[in-house]
Amino acid sequence: MEIGFTLNGRHVEVSCKPSTLLSDLIREQLSLTGTHVGCDTSQCGACVVHLNGDSVKSCTVLAVAADDGEVRTVEGLCAVDGTLHPMQQAFHENHGLQCGFCTPGMLMSAIDLVKHIPDPTEAEIREWLEGNICRCTGYQNIVKSIIAGAAAMRTAS
Amino acid sequence: MQSFSYHKPGTVTDAASLLAARDNAALLAGGMTLLPTMKQRLAAPDDIIDLAAIRELSGITMEGEDLVIGAMTRHADVAGSDLVKEVLPALAGLASRIGDQQVRHRGTIGGSISNNDPAADYPAAILALNATIVTSQRAIAADDFFVGLFETALRPGEIVTAIRFPRAKRAAYAKFPNPASRYAIAGVFVAQTGGAVRVAVTGAAPFVFRATDVEAALSANYAVEALERLSIDTQDLMSDIHADREYRGHLVMVMARRAVAESLKRSG
Amino acid sequence: MSEVIGIGASPKRKEDARFVRGRGTYVADIKRPDMLVGAFLRSPHAHAYLKSVDVSDALAAPGVVAVYTGEDLKKDNVGGLPVGWGISGKDGNPMKEPPHPPIAVGKVRYVGDAVAFVVAETTDQAEAAAELIRVDYDVLPAVVGVVDALRAGAPAVYDDIEDNLCCDWDLGDAAAVEAAFREAAHVASVELVNNRLIGNPLEPRAAIGEYNFATGQYTLWTTSQFPHVVRLLMGEFVLHIPQHKLRVVAPDVGGGFGVKQFHYAEEAIVTWAAGKLGRPVKWVARRSEGFISDAHGRDHVTEAELAVDENGKFLAMRVKTLANMGAYLSTFGPNIPTNLYAPLLSGVYRIPAIYCEVKCVFTNTVPVDAYRGAGRPEATFVVERLVDLAAREMGIDKIDIRRRNMIPKEAYPYQTPVIVEYDSGDPMGCLDRAEELADVAGFEARRAEAAARGKFRGLGVSTYVEACGLAPSRLAIGLGARSGLYESATVRVHPSGAVTVLIGTHNHGQGHETTFAQIVSQQLGVPFQDIDIVFGDTDRVQHGLGTYGSRSLVVGGAALSRAGDKVILKGRKIAAHQLEASVDDIIFENGEFSVAGTDRKKTFKEIAGSAYVPGNYPLETLEPGLEEQAYYDPINFTYPGGAHFAEIEIDPDTGIVTLERYTAVDDVGTIINPMIVEGQLHGGIVQGIGQALFEHGVYDQSSGQLLSGSFMDYCMPRADNMPQIVLEPHSTPCAHTPMGVKGCGECGTIGSPAAVMSAVVDALKPLGVSHVDMPATPNHIWNIIRNSRAQIAAE
Repeated sequence: MEIGFTLNGRHVEVSCKPSTLLSDLIREQLSLTGTHVGCDTSQCGACVVHLNGDSVKSCTVLAVAADDGEVRTVEGLCAVDGTLHPMQQAFHENHGLQCGFCTPGMLMSAIDLVKHIPDPTEAEIREWLEGNICRCTGYQNIVKSIIAGAAAMRTAS
Repeated sequence: MQSFSYHKPGTVTDAASLLAARDNAALLAGGMTLLPTMKQRLAAPDDIIDLAAIRELSGITMEGEDLVIGAMTRHADVAGSDLVKEVLPALAGLASRIGDQQVRHRGTIGGSISNNDPAADYPAAILALNATIVTSQRAIAADDFFVGLFETALRPGEIVTAIRFPRAKRAAYAKFPNPASRYAIAGVFVAQTGGAVRVAVTGAAPFVFRATDVEAALSANYAVEALERLSIDTQDLMSDIHADREYRGHLVMVMARRAVAESLKRSG
Repeated sequence: MSEVIGIGASPKRKEDARFVRGRGTYVADIKRPDMLVGAFLRSPHAHAYLKSVDVSDALAAPGVVAVYTGEDLKKDNVGGLPVGWGISGKDGNPMKEPPHPPIAVGKVRYVGDAVAFVVAETTDQAEAAAELIRVDYDVLPAVVGVVDALRAGAPAVYDDIEDNLCCDWDLGDAAAVEAAFREAAHVASVELVNNRLIGNPLEPRAAIGEYNFATGQYTLWTTSQFPHVVRLLMGEFVLHIPQHKLRVVAPDVGGGFGVKQFHYAEEAIVTWAAGKLGRPVKWVARRSEGFISDAHGRDHVTEAELAVDENGKFLAMRVKTLANMGAYLSTFGPNIPTNLYAPLLSGVYRIPAIYCEVKCVFTNTVPVDAYRGAGRPEATFVVERLVDLAAREMGIDKIDIRRRNMIPKEAYPYQTPVIVEYDSGDPMGCLDRAEELADVAGFEARRAEAAARGKFRGLGVSTYVEACGLAPSRLAIGLGARSGLYESATVRVHPSGAVTVLIGTHNHGQGHETTFAQIVSQQLGVPFQDIDIVFGDTDRVQHGLGTYGSRSLVVGGAALSRAGDKVILKGRKIAAHQLEASVDDIIFENGEFSVAGTDRKKTFKEIAGSAYVPGNYPLETLEPGLEEQAYYDPINFTYPGGAHFAEIEIDPDTGIVTLERYTAVDDVGTIINPMIVEGQLHGGIVQGIGQALFEHGVYDQSSGQLLSGSFMDYCMPRADNMPQIVLEPHSTPCAHTPMGVKGCGECGTIGSPAAVMSAVVDALKPLGVSHVDMPATPNHIWNIIRNSRAQIAAE
């Protein structure tokens, strides 16, 4: 099938099978490998991207669902010159990542959280991260990062 | 995932005729259950009929005294709807605790109930609130809809289009989630409509059921105390590594009491 | 940030730059030209003879290039997976070490044992074809638990191994222990299970093999914690590829926790298949496949006793452990429950006599090997449970009994009765401070407040010591290691004065690119930003043993520091020449080489530049260039330790255990980067909490099916399960490592299960509960509460 959508701000036209998952389309065909796949039961959240503005698990969405829509991946967060998004910067500043594998999904979830709750409490952050598993950090510095990232996003907006 | 032919009809009529014309077709709503099942190669439909383009299937409205939710309405939209929060806050609360945020952004009420997963949340609300399931062919009472493990009263080619919820005087949902999957191990929806009390239990048995003893006790006295010495028959409950039969039965009563307590704090 | 950033600072991590942008390179991200994809057919049975494997339909399926079985590998002289550590039993005989073919031959021994490997153009084609393979299984009864496996008449995992016994091992002085028990005023005893864990690093394992016909060179990209060891094991023992013809690359790896420190069959199979087919072959595990092919951890059944005198002083300890090996011996399998377990049974206490017997047992389960902590959390759990029980049974406060028996700071170095000699430590200091931070004094008020809400609240404590920095080769080889355990590092100084470090450890979350740069920055006075760390490629890095056992900083960092010393020495020679002075008069300080007592000096950068422009060098005595390599082999393990407090609440209605507070004071020796150390401790503690409250690899006892085979059923800590952890360091420098470092990667995982379970038992004390096995799941706790109440009612 031929589908077209906006990916990180640019228009892409691709051909894919109906059975292609969005995560596979992004990773294999479009070579944006920042979106990771850590499980096969839609639990881990390493594959979270934004589809039409909402965080979704791209391993559980058909690529065709993106047709005529808008997809944002972790690669689309920073500026062309590499300047980090406030949430990326906050993860860096607060040691919110270790092995880096869950990080793209965490970032995409966190940014969606701030869209819904601009000034989230620690409890709201922990609840929102229900669908994102991290095996390295114990979450403490992820939560700290998101609090800082949310504050930076409020300032920036 | 095995290959399939993909269809994206624009109307329910077209979707229904596609479904009727094919032997091994599956409807795709949010895909939160179907896609993982296909990824594990446990399901391999030849045709996928995606309902995403059918606008008439989404939306939340009042029709008379009933709250009507389109089948393709996402959990996040139900959870965030001011209308649902006003008319049936217990339903909004239930929707806000289905899966995780990403699942709520894709999963739909129609998909959830058509699949009738034993651990899904919505069936408890639909059964307890005595909702009506509107399909492409007819209206089905909640009591007639859920008939078995992953089985519903839907006929081949029939598509759920909306759910019609009557208002409740009091209602609440309490869930004990599986610590790993976060699906319900015991989810109890309690609803009082007029004089009648209906109590539906999900997660504990092969499919959602009404706890009639609990209903009777609450009909006589709508209070937590009415359930203090009550227990439910555990014979038909499920047992797994997270919750054995006895424990599930116990949790059903704990959740029932919590739901009653919660419902007494507010109406609807 | 063009500045020196040294030891004790917390610069933000260098590696973050790629990870937060989604620009890391994990194995699954790599595409090679003309690449094929492989999928495994794995046994659905726990135990069965393979009567026949018919691959003809699969071979004919669309896109399929090849299908390989165990027989194919055998015919091509592919060897079995080797064991890196051999142990011997009480009787002096070596352990039973049955062959471990990469794909099963003749018999499958666990659910997940590989039966065939399909190579196709796409993943879908390979997976679809795997379903077309017809296998005739003659299904046999299976045994999954260690107790059952030792019973007379149990199914035999190997026809020629009696009682499924791999090895009956012991350590310590049995006679001294017997004598001490006869004198004891009190004996505390416990039977406990250390639950099977599945490590689940978030990145599933993956491997790509490639063969170059022109050069005869093989390349393997793999999700490994130790690429050089994979090169050794796979090259020498499995595929018989000379090591100089085999390159192993472990690029960014998404978490390891021990799970990725073994040589796995899939690595050998993709490499071999690439050679057969002349095209790269890639395999990426699905998570469900990882559950049944990643080595599991723990899985002990233990009986232990502690003899105590009338004053609450420990006299002796006796431990009998049955350790599950799974169906085959994984790379370090037999070493974990023996050499990394029994020597830690003294904990931080004076226990004059200890005797430990361990039976390593084969079962029809996934092989069991190291998982974060590896042997040491198991030992700590045994020790701390016994100490809690002794305190309770003798009416002594559980913190007090620990103080009475702790090794005082001034008694270090301390020789335990179980081989190891602790070089340094201050367990009392850790305990004192942790007790304060945890507000133990205020606990009873919090307990009462919880009780008023109908909740059981409990306070738990654990102390621990671990042997880290694997390892002194002499000691390890004496204990059965089949390789040295040193580490190597090269410091390459560029003409610009910038530095590239090539090191044999592997960074998969630990922050080596930052910490190691700090070491070099301080030592050589080179700006932090001018230092790059290279790891994970056997063609770039000279040699190494990789990252496990909290060894990277302790052993690798020491090698790095030694290489830095050599660079300084060489720099002094160059400076002596440039400044026309004697080498002995050249001092190196603050990034400058100077002549003692003069103002004549050269900066490090100037000397580096000069090293590559040797216009006037006395070439007989001074070589150009500035690059030095060092190997470091430690003289002892390091012994981090600490004291942890956990506070939990139990909802008796549901059995849910909620962690309310967690406090840890740890002694990890000198801290290079406090931010990174905290992160390691957070993660370690939460994984240990996972073991205590959530995680459990459960097999069906009769069918041998793994019941907890996905994230839907294997419960790991999530953000909403965890409280804020309070940490404080209490460091005593290691006496024998160059910087005084001890290692911090496993501390949390070692200390936390015992602390949490101490709290759970404490909470249930009103019901007379004295022991709770892990994990303390809601169902488990509810059953205990119900049964205890019934018992109380009956009395």
